[in-house]
Amino acid sequence: MTEQDFTPDEMMAIAASRALSNTDVCFVGIGPPSAACNIARLTHAPDITLIYESGTIGTAPDVLPLSIGDGELCDTALTTVSVTEMFRYWLQGGKITVGFLGAAQIDRFANINTTVVGDYDNPTVRLPGGGGAPEIASSSQEIYITMKQSKRGFVEKLDFFTSFGHGEGGDHRARMGITTKGPTLLITDLAIWKPDPVTKELTVVSLHPGTTKERVQQTVSWAVRFSDDLQETPAPTEEELSVLRALKARTAAAHAGNRVGTA
Amino acid sequence: MAEFLSLKDAVKKYLKSGDMAAFEGFTHLIPHAAAHEVIRHGIDELTIVRMTPDLIYDQLIGMGLVKKMIFSYAGNPGVGLLRRVRDSIENGWPRSIEIEEHSHAALANAYEAGAAGLPCAVFRGYLGTELQRVNPNIRSVICPFTGEELAAVPSIRPDVAFIHALKADRKGNVLIEGIVGVQKEAVLAATYSIVTVEEVVDELDTHMNACILPHWTVSAICKVPGGAHPSYAQGYYGRDNKTYIDWDPIAADREKFQAWMEEHVLKQGPDVFAGRIKGLEVTS
Repeated sequence: MTEQDFTPDEMMAIAASRALSNTDVCFVGIGPPSAACNIARLTHAPDITLIYESGTIGTAPDVLPLSIGDGELCDTALTTVSVTEMFRYWLQGGKITVGFLGAAQIDRFANINTTVVGDYDNPTVRLPGGGGAPEIASSSQEIYITMKQSKRGFVEKLDFFTSFGHGEGGDHRARMGITTKGPTLLITDLAIWKPDPVTKELTVVSLHPGTTKERVQQTVSWAVRFSDDLQETPAPTEEELSVLRALKARTAAAHAGNRVGTA
Repeated sequence: MAEFLSLKDAVKKYLKSGDMAAFEGFTHLIPHAAAHEVIRHGIDELTIVRMTPDLIYDQLIGMGLVKKMIFSYAGNPGVGLLRRVRDSIENGWPRSIEIEEHSHAALANAYEAGAAGLPCAVFRGYLGTELQRVNPNIRSVICPFTGEELAAVPSIRPDVAFIHALKADRKGNVLIEGIVGVQKEAVLAATYSIVTVEEVVDELDTHMNACILPHWTVSAICKVPGGAHPSYAQGYYGRDNKTYIDWDPIAADREKFQAWMEEHVLKQGPDVFAGRIKGLEVTS
């Protein structure tokens, strides 16, 4: 890999931000999705509607929230509704164009596990659980996922189905009675993936600059499919990088700046 | 009818061993002081319900007071996993707990059904997930009009709901602003409710569609300034993110955890919270 002036994490956040448009109504997951959504808002999609499950609609935080319900989200939102209303009217009601999720484990059909590693009743690692994701995955018009690649995360078989992607592939979603598109895009630190139109298996369509097919395969537990028309992801622009770095710097300062806690 | 009580007296009066208790607050207004009071009373065999168990449930579980937890996301927001919850589930320390795991949509709907006096909540959810395999309380009903299969979960009707709010007036009417979460639903669904507030004022001085709990829906009001710390209170003080980050290594070690609880919870009272928000106050 050649020397570059951006990190794989930065490339991931910026590539993910590019997928969002000005007219999207995006239900934002915490962590990497939140960074991507706010870079989009601060660059090419200033009018994007960002919604966090804490009930904040049309929020425009100056720093990335540490939690899904930071005061910053409410302070800058168009309106804040109850969590019940959020899930009933806005998500279940079909108002969300893109649900943007992260994941602990993903499989080749973009199903997600955020519940346990190992057996449910006797887990090796008890993860936080689904939170809003199971219904975000089925009620949003489509789903984008962003996460870093690793063999631990990109698994042959999920330990637990927390959120349904394309199931066993093909028309499994439709057979389950799910009418939304499901995962249409996966953005990692190495590549951009899209499901095959027919089989729904995730396929690498674009490699980030400096990444190789071998490197992608080394971090995935299944035999990776690459598109016949494999592209290279455009490198971050100076504007994208400066917006991202400024956002990260403001965020770090805000979260460290609060006085010493009692814990 | 709201009665103004000390937090100590309110907990003693309304919560008993074996009860189902909800401590609600979605990042904002988490009733930390109330949970610490329950820990000091040592009220045990509790079934605790909450959409987003974080530090206070880590603490209740780590102190061995919990029999069962009903939840949808158990994490230290932005930091990681809950170490005491994990130790209980993975290793049975200090005791094993039963868990009933849902999604946020399910629990939000279940609180609303509880507030609405319904036996269950019906919604479009759990499609293709595995949670219904491990949670027998996730079932389905067929819409009698369209034939669509919908998810159904039991409503939540806690014995006692604990929330922290911004302020109450002297009659005991309670105001919640900002991220309101499911607190209104939790209080209306519960048999009893204990509300800690930042202040008690002559007039709530609010607007006509504000989120208000009328005094006759609340059992006890306890003035505990800072009572949400390290969570925050909109317009009063900010979230103490560093305390959340600092919690992780404390909770990761059983002895450190016990020493911390002794020092910061068992030996303290609700008054200590006012000092914990120094430097975090909203000035504008």
